[in-house]
This record gives sequence, structure tokens and C-alpha cells, in this order.
Amino acid sequence: MTASAARKRFREDEKRRDSEHVSFLRHKGFRWLWIGIALSGTAALGYALIDQQPRPNGGTWYGYLLGTIGLGLIVWLSLLGVRKRRINPGAWSLKAWTSAHVYLGLSLIVIATLHTGFQIGWNVHTLAYVLMLLVIATGIYGVVAYSVLPARLSDNRKEMTRAQMLDALTALDRQLESAAQPLARGEADLVLAALKQSPFAGGALARLTARYPGCATARARKGLVGTSETEQRVRALLERRLAQLGQIRSSLRIRALLEVWLFLHVPLTLALIAALAAHVISVFYYW
Amino acid sequence: MTGVFQVAIVGSGPAGLSAAARAAARGLSHVLLEKTDHLSDTIYKYQKGKHVMATPSGLVLRSDIDFDAGKREAILGTWDEQIADHKVNVKLNADVVKVEGAKGAFRIHLRSGEAVEAANIVLAIGTQGNPNRLRCPGADSPIIQYQLDDPGEYFDEHITVIGSGDAGIENALGLAADPAQRNVVTILNRSADFARAKAANVALLEEAEREGRVIVRRETEPAEVRDAELLLNTRDGQEAIRCDRIIARTGSQPPRGFVEAMGIEFSSPEPGAFPKLSPEFETTTPGIHVIGALAGYPLIKHCMNQGYDVIEFLAGNRDLKPADEPILTAKFAALPGNRSVDEWLGVFGRNVAILADLSVLQLRELMLDSTAHAYEPGEVIFRRNDPGSSMFAIAEGSVAVEVNPADPSITVGIEQGSIFGEVGLISGRRRGATIRAAEPVIALELPRMAALKLLATSPGAARAVGTIAVERQLLQMFGPGITKTDVAPLVASAELVQARSGQVIVTEGAEDKDVYIVRSGSMIVEKQVGTRPVFLSYLPAGSYFGEMAVIDGSARTATVKAAIKSELIRLPGEAFLAFLSRNPGLRERAMKEMSARRATNAFIESRKDGFSGAVDLYSQTAQFLVDNGIGEATDVLLIDEKLCIGCDNCEKACADSHDGLSRLDREAGRTYAHLHVPTSCRHCEHPHCMADCPPNAIKRGPDGEVFIDETCIGCGNCQRNCPYGVIRMDAKPPKKPSLLQWMLFGKGPGPGEAPYGWRKSEAKKQSLPEAKLAVKCDMCAGIDGGPACVRACPTGAAIRVSPEKFLTYTKLAEDAE
Repeated sequence: MTASAARKRFREDEKRRDSEHVSFLRHKGFRWLWIGIALSGTAALGYALIDQQPRPNGGTWYGYLLGTIGLGLIVWLSLLGVRKRRINPGAWSLKAWTSAHVYLGLSLIVIATLHTGFQIGWNVHTLAYVLMLLVIATGIYGVVAYSVLPARLSDNRKEMTRAQMLDALTALDRQLESAAQPLARGEADLVLAALKQSPFAGGALARLTARYPGCATARARKGLVGTSETEQRVRALLERRLAQLGQIRSSLRIRALLEVWLFLHVPLTLALIAALAAHVISVFYYW
Repeated sequence: MTGVFQVAIVGSGPAGLSAAARAAARGLSHVLLEKTDHLSDTIYKYQKGKHVMATPSGLVLRSDIDFDAGKREAILGTWDEQIADHKVNVKLNADVVKVEGAKGAFRIHLRSGEAVEAANIVLAIGTQGNPNRLRCPGADSPIIQYQLDDPGEYFDEHITVIGSGDAGIENALGLAADPAQRNVVTILNRSADFARAKAANVALLEEAEREGRVIVRRETEPAEVRDAELLLNTRDGQEAIRCDRIIARTGSQPPRGFVEAMGIEFSSPEPGAFPKLSPEFETTTPGIHVIGALAGYPLIKHCMNQGYDVIEFLAGNRDLKPADEPILTAKFAALPGNRSVDEWLGVFGRNVAILADLSVLQLRELMLDSTAHAYEPGEVIFRRNDPGSSMFAIAEGSVAVEVNPADPSITVGIEQGSIFGEVGLISGRRRGATIRAAEPVIALELPRMAALKLLATSPGAARAVGTIAVERQLLQMFGPGITKTDVAPLVASAELVQARSGQVIVTEGAEDKDVYIVRSGSMIVEKQVGTRPVFLSYLPAGSYFGEMAVIDGSARTATVKAAIKSELIRLPGEAFLAFLSRNPGLRERAMKEMSARRATNAFIESRKDGFSGAVDLYSQTAQFLVDNGIGEATDVLLIDEKLCIGCDNCEKACADSHDGLSRLDREAGRTYAHLHVPTSCRHCEHPHCMADCPPNAIKRGPDGEVFIDETCIGCGNCQRNCPYGVIRMDAKPPKKPSLLQWMLFGKGPGPGEAPYGWRKSEAKKQSLPEAKLAVKCDMCAGIDGGPACVRACPTGAAIRVSPEKFLTYTKLAEDAE
């Protein structure tokens, strides 16, 4: 590395070490929010002032302009998924991309709506418009989830990693297994069922709500009512197992809530791009 | 085995083996003494299949036995075979306990009671030392063993493990792991807790105790080893337990005491010092030679070459050039003047003051690690703010220091024979000034490890560097206009103070008047507000404190304590005051600086009523960060868990930027008030990982990053030495299919670190080397755009900061949302 490159890197490092502790929403003093507002404001102003003949619609020159901008934005916004996974050198920041993604995505509401000229119908054009609104709606949920849930995820974690949570469960299971040896057949079966059940058992609904009605550990805890020393010890262990399961399930729930919207956002985006292609092709075909 | 051998070689590691093979080839009557029942115990004890590296690659091997990088088994096999072929006279189970006599007639006493006589001795015993033996009656009982190779081979036994370190705990857990072995395992601990062991091991042991798999006896010591029984001293008196086998893991004794008992002198009392040696490896006791790791050469090739050389010298070959001759020739080739290696060694040894005490052997070794430079007049040697922890010594010529960053024309000279760059070496921080050659200069650059080794082995060099460092630090602190003569009285009165982590240097309200300079490490400043200490500021190396009390005669306004193990220079208050009165300009500057600090204090105090919660949070967050090593960091990854969505894109980006292995563990690590310190390199000012790297593969790079270069031998020392657990040992994974192939066709494991199974099977398919090497963060050095973990964070949760910029009220109290 040359001396000047080294000094450039040092300046960049110092800048990085000096600042940058801001979220994607506030990135660079809300730069992309202002750009988004300016873009939608200009589009709205143009819509109000320009006399579109015969009436405002996607087919006038202004309509084409808005449509082109919208299409460009949608294609660019969908590339966030690639940006996130392509770790090449260069002064890009995924945070800046996310920030732009959020605010430019929101500005699409204005731009695309003006592009329709408020002409809504049962056709492929409106389908694309509605899909876009759905994508944006799921995205808004994502932004809310990203600003509320991380702190809860952190609180629930209590400095444990996911692997440590599972290790703690395994350690409890080992103790339970030996403690349950002297139990009677019926009670032992309850404990065995609890040990056998995967901590991840339960469907998508259980994961999203952290409610596990089929939880064998809870059932074993309820079923063990005796007062012998063994039973008391096993019961205490089962309670600890329940608490540990609770932490794991809570973590699963928060992570699911952080991710579930992507299962709509991304496929809807793909559908939107397909619908957009149909919309663009049909428009030019029937021109 | 009778008669007097010409040479007895003690220790059958690489050095001893090579010496013995040469002696056999030369027809010298010899004996090779090995305390265990096999050759080369240190390498023998490596884990099965470990890949042994052969560095430095530039060094030719000069030995009668072969050595090349490869698996432990292959290397040991070759050596056993060749030692037998050379008809080396090997004596196994020969543990030397005492040496008597003098050159020509040494008597070497073995533990067995036998004695061996030899005219000369070559000590090649390495630095591992001997395990500490039990000190109680019955300590020589055959049921005691000091090592446990395979816990799976014992059944139905009552086994007692003595020792509360990791080795003891791991042995106890191993013996109790399989209930089918039906062993009754007891572990003894002299104290009440297992403070010396890793937390994870202690947790496992406690779990095993709860489950009744291991009996843990605390505050218990062995009193007497009897037949199938062990008498214990417990808190409540003596007790005997059944015991068929004792595993004693109570640490080991470094071999220094054993060596000194032969009358051999070491170069200094420092723990890192080596025996004083002549160019022929002879110690201060004539007839006894020291080679290998004990002589300061931990690498296998060095050891083997020395084994060859020492026998050649003993056999009377005085013309033998050391094996490093071609390396030194190449090293000096770039210097002007066309001088020979010996001439250059003379120039450096004579002209450079700090090298005066070194033997030719030590000088040669120092040269091997160092770089010789020639500079034209005006050429920049290093620039202000360049990272660098090497020290320079001027053999010919002189240099100019640009003391004023704003005006490069103002310079101070440093003359021939002196040194520069020592502040970077001692403080671990960036260069304080730009230095140019003032005339044609020949200088030696000593990298950090070589310089530290020099200071440890040569007390004269340590003293000289210490004085110069204090003087330069004062000059740099007080800036232009101050000369050496101005600070001379201060330098004379200065005193070096060592502070352990957390030690209080200055107490709020006290009346003492000394001024301190932080030489290495860092300090935190606290003020008592109400009943709680509140964090005021962080002082990195190079800053000074305590002058307020001197200047205005007030009591101490705040408490200053060491954030980490630190070194301070104490300047007595009177001397400092006298210095200020002689230099009125400085007094003004000091007053200005004081008012800035006063303003911070006042600001925090004004906050304490209205926002006491915020001040508390700030103070505790700062303390939390210091507790987690930020105090010694230069650039550390933090994660704001109010923003982190747990996508692990930071880890994936890290893996994809560096060979496919992630160098950070996002989830692991401590968290306070949603600020998380993940397991990731802090790039410490004085990296712990550098402390014991046999090939010196860990360096500080041009961006200030601490990195491991390609000479890593995979020994794992750095991993063990890092207190933050940020170094992993792993093989370089195979290349993944491209991102596009994954996105379109689902080929390969996708972004981020590939799962272990995929790496393993793919590596086997491509028959890639499996050597596990040390892997750690290099701060994405040389990658345009900087650290990938930060660039790839979608929400801004991942930040990399430096302590002096981040440990401030505005940074810590600001909300990221």
C-alpha cells in the first residue's frame, strides 16, 4: 500500500471511529427522507401544474415519466437483496442502502398513485399497483418491527447465545434423566415424553405466538403431584426446564416476528415485478 | 554404560536429537539423556495428527536428521528411524536431577540413582519444565502420575485428581465422562473456588458434581499417599479415602532453577531472560552448552541447526559459519558500501549504544528478526500517525524529527548511535511525529518482539531506552520550544510506576501533588457524586494528569485509576512546578487545558440532579466497556442491540471477505444497557496474542490492525493468550461457488461461513491441506471501504470505535434511534 493510500485509510478509519452511531432511519440526518419528500413533492407539484390531455393518466408524457421513475425505483429497490449478500470491496454501506430503500420505497406511494391518474380497475395494471401497495405495507411493518423488537430480543437473551440456551437445556435434560430414574412408570413416562419432545416442536403459529399447547414439559409438570423427595426434585427440574424453554421460545418468537414479513415482502416483490412486466408489455403492445 | 563420554546431551527434542545425530556421525563418544520413555516428548504430546510447520522457510536445515512440515506421527517416525540408523547412544528414562564437576569431568546424576560421566554437556531441555511433584509423604508412590493420555483406558478405579486448573478439571471430567467405566473420580482443590480455570470448565465440573459424576472436595489437600488410600487434610480435620490412582496436575516448574544450580548465569532476572552464551553456545560454566528453546530459539529448524553447530564447535571446527549466514548476507545486501556480514555486525554492535552488551550470537539473532535500512537525506522514515511499534537504532548518520505538525521546517535532531520510535514500542500507539533522514542514514529497525526481547535480555539497553523514552515523552507532551536541557531535571526526578488493573493512582480529595504521565495502558477518571463514583473521562497512553493540584494548590478533584495494567511516569510535584516556572508559556497552556477539564466536570455535576439516571447509565456503561477490554483497545466492534435484528450479516460479510471463515461471533460476549461487545478482536495497544508466537507471525499492520501472517505454524499459543477469546484455529476452507450460482441454481452453501461438514467434505474432495491455523480479525486491512462487518450491517447496529473517541459523555449518552 502506498503512503497516501495508507493516510487516506487512516482518515476514513478516524471518521468511522468518530461517528456513525446512528440508525438506518436517521442515517446522515435523514438524508433519504428528505430526498424521498422532495421526489414525491416534485411529482405532486408537476401533477397539479401540468395540463395533461385528455386527462391525467399513465399514457400521457407525464404519466410515462412517472411510470419510468417508478419502474426504475422498483427495480433498484429489489436489488437490496443482492447488495446485502454481495460483500465486495468499496465504500458502500448497507445501512445507507436500507435507509434509501425505506424512504424511496415510501415515496413510491405518491409516484405510482399519480402515475395511475387515479384510474383503478380490474386489470393487470391495477394488479401491479395493488401488489406494490402490499409490498410497501409489509415493508412498513418491517420498519416498525426493526425499531421495536431488537431491544426485546436483547433483553430476552440475557447475554446467552442460541447455542448456550440449547446447551443449558441439554444440561437440564441430563439431570432430569438421572433424577427421574426412581419415579413410578406413569410419572416416568411423562418425564420421558418431555425429554423426547424437540424444543422446536409446534407449528408456525406456535412459533409466532410462543404458545405451545402441546408442550410435554408443561404436561409433565402438571402430572407430577406427589410429595416424595424424588418427585419434588424432578418437579423443580421441570420448572427450570420450562423456564429455559420459555426463553428459547420467546427468542424464536421475536426472531420470527422480525422475519415473518419478509416471507410476504419478497414473494410479493417477485409477483410485483412479474405484474409490472405484464403491465409494461401490454401497454406497449396495445399502443 | 561406563567411562567418560565426550559429550552428554540432555533432552531429546529437535535440538538434542540433531546434536546426538551429529555426534554419532562425527564418531564422538556421546549419550543422549531423555527423561521419558520416548524421544522428543514435547512433540510426542501434541494431539494426534497435528500438522507441524517448518518455519522460517528461508532458513536452510543443517542436520543429520530430516525435518519437513508434516503430521506429528510422520515426523516422530522419521526421527526414531534415523536416530536408530545413526546408532545414537540413547538412554531413556534418564531424568537428570543434578550436575556436579567441571569441564572434562562432569557427573550427571539421574533420578534412578545412576550417574553418567561426560567431558561436556549440551543442555537441550526446552522450556516446558517438569511437572510440580506432590509435596507430602508418599510422593514417590507408583500410583501417582503427572499426565493423563487417554482417560478411556481406566475402569473400576477410585481416581483422585489433584489440581484446580483447566488440566485437572479436564482430566477429572474425562475420567468421569463414560459411566460404563465405573470410575469413582474425586478432584481436590486447595481453595474454595476454581479461580484459575476457565469459566466454561468450572461450569461443566459443577454440573458433573450436581449429577454426582465427580466428587469435588474443596479446601482439601493431600496429606499422605498410602497403599490404595489417600489421606486428606480437610477443613474439618484429616480423612482417608480409597484411592487406586492419583493424577497430579499442579502446574510445572520452569527449568531456570535447575539450570542456575549448575552455575549458569542468565542475562537478567526478568522471567523472559535466557542464559548468557558465547558464539559457540557455551554458558558461563565452561563445558556446558545450551541450545534450542532454552537458549531463546523456539522454532524446530533453529533448534536442529544449533544441535549440529554445537557438536561441530565441540569437535573443534572453528570455521563453521552459522546456518543463518546466507540470510544475513541477503539482509545486508541492500546496504551501501559492500561490506561483509561480520563487518556489518561490527558496525551495528560498535555504533549503537543499546546493542553494546550483546554477544555476537545475540546480535546475529537480533539481526535475523530486524531490518537494516539505508535512507537518503530528506527521506521520510515514518510519518506522524502511522501505526508502528518497531524501534529504530541509528548505526550511521542522523535523523530529524518534525516536532511541529503545522510547520515541518521545525525539527530536532537525533544523533548516531541513538534510537527513535521507542514511544510507539512502549505505548503501542501511533507515531507521534514524522522523522526524516538528515544525512545518509544506516538504521536498524527492530520489530516489537525483537525490541522487547532485547530489553528483557540486556539491562543496559532497558535502562537507556527507559531514560530516552521519558525524555522524548516529555518533549512531545510539552510541544515545540522545549529542549532536552529544559526537561533534564524532570527526567532525572522521574520515576517509573507499575499499576495493576484497577489500582487507584490519585484519590479525590487527597493532598498529594505528583504529576503522572501514562506511558502504557490507560486510565479512567472518576468523581464521587453523591454516593456513587461517576465516570468522567478516559486517558489513553501519552496523556498526563495530576497537574491541576500542583498548579493551583488545590486538593485532588477526581480519582484516577488504571483501566488495565499500565505503566506511569511519576514526576514529583516540586520538580514539575519548578519546570513550569522556568517555562511560563507552558503554564498558560496547562491552565487552558485545565479549564477544559473543569468544564467537563462541571457539566457532569450539573447533570446529576436533573438527569441522574442518564449520568448513572453513562457511568456504568463506560465502566462496563472498560471491564470488557475497551481500555486497551484501539479499534473495537460494538453492537447496539436496540438496532440489531440478529441477521448475522456482519458474520457473513466477515466470512465472505476473508477466505470463508468468520472472525467474529456476534452473539457471544457481554451486554450492558443494550450495548453488546461481541467476541471480536479489539486490536489491543499491547496485544496479548503477540506475547508468545514462535514464528513472530503476529504483527501490527499499516492500518493499525493486529494480524497474523502466513508464517503461522498453528501452535495455538495466541488463542490461549487472548483474554477475549477472539482467535480461532481452523483450516482454510475450500472456495465456494459464486453468489450468482447460488442465487440462480442453489449451488454451494450460500453467503457467509460454510457449515463445518461442507468445508470438511469439500476440502477432502479437493485434497486441500487441513492444517489448522490461527484466524483473527485484521480490520479488513487492504480492503477498500474498510471493515465489512460495519459496511454490511443493514440497521447501523454494528459500529467500530476507539476508546478515546467513544468513552465520552456525548457518545455514550446519545441515543442512536
